[in-house]
Amino acid sequence: MKLSIITGLLALIICLAYSCQSEDRIEYMRYYSAGQDLYKTKCQNCHGAQGEGLAALIPPLTDTVYLRANNNKLACYVQNGLKLPILVKGKAFNGQMPPAGLSPIEIAQVLTYVKNSFGNNMGIYDVAQTNKHLGKCE
Amino acid sequence: MKLIILSACSILLWSSCSFNDKSNAVLPIYGSREPVTKTVNGKQVTDTVYQTIPDFNFVNQYGKTINRKSLDGSIYVADFFFTSCPSICPVMHRNMLKVYESFKNSGNVKIISHSIDPGHDSVPVLKSYADKLGVTGNNWWFLQGKKEATYKLAESYLVAVQEDSKAEGGFVHAGYFILVDKQKRIRGTYDGTKPEEVDKLIADIKTLQNEPENMIAQ
Repeated sequence: MKLSIITGLLALIICLAYSCQSEDRIEYMRYYSAGQDLYKTKCQNCHGAQGEGLAALIPPLTDTVYLRANNNKLACYVQNGLKLPILVKGKAFNGQMPPAGLSPIEIAQVLTYVKNSFGNNMGIYDVAQTNKHLGKCE
Repeated sequence: MKLIILSACSILLWSSCSFNDKSNAVLPIYGSREPVTKTVNGKQVTDTVYQTIPDFNFVNQYGKTINRKSLDGSIYVADFFFTSCPSICPVMHRNMLKVYESFKNSGNVKIISHSIDPGHDSVPVLKSYADKLGVTGNNWWFLQGKKEATYKLAESYLVAVQEDSKAEGGFVHAGYFILVDKQKRIRGTYDGTKPEEVDKLIADIKTLQNEPENMIAQ
């Protein structure tokens, strides 16, 4: 009797965990697909369909090490543009990126797309994190 | 009997194929044209005079003067851009790089990119842009000159450019690539933002390279 209760509880916990996970998964997919559309209209002209950038003019988005190291600055770059020289894949880029003109939720979506495409695999970047980072723009 | 039908069919097929080849091999000539009648050896001869690209005088990324004559003997592709362009220029030049790579060793194909923002795009700015794009040598020139002269020239390429403080980056322009033959006649226009149109441009350049020099295309 005890055993069946324990098994039942265990099954319930597994079910709950699984449904939570798939809820997260759905949320991630929402961010990702919205971000994909935004990327096409706002980013792709310069950064390319495969995030390849353009020679030494426009940096690629394929440098996971750079994206992880600058994770808390990316939202600010998208919102306010970027003028400083940056080092991506060992190459210096010193052009200017214009502000993207996106709302915080859109920035969260497009960054979720970028951070999980082009060989990057960094998971969801939700609007709460985005707002936190946007509050600390330089 | 069967054999006759079969051979008739294959002859038909063959001739239709070769007909297609022929019609594909000639690119149209764009722009206005007028018939000119002159007297040659006592005979009246009527010829068609096609619109050609007029003379110009600009400076390239190396500081060298470039005019109409500098392009003699070359098929060339022209476009209009500016280095600080935030909208369609990066995608245009990502696609143009494909054209550059395809013909940089062929010797008779050039690319000229006219800056429509000469105030910002000085010779050193254009040189730096070319360097960053990985463009070397004399197959792809980035040209700057008087703004009015560039805008006027754009009209003869059937392209519209203008300043507009409301547009992104301060200018509006169409992202067209214009194909010009050795006789300086326009032979094709392509949307430089679309990879499939740029593939067609590359194919059309190859067609032009194979066109006999003295052929009269209609």
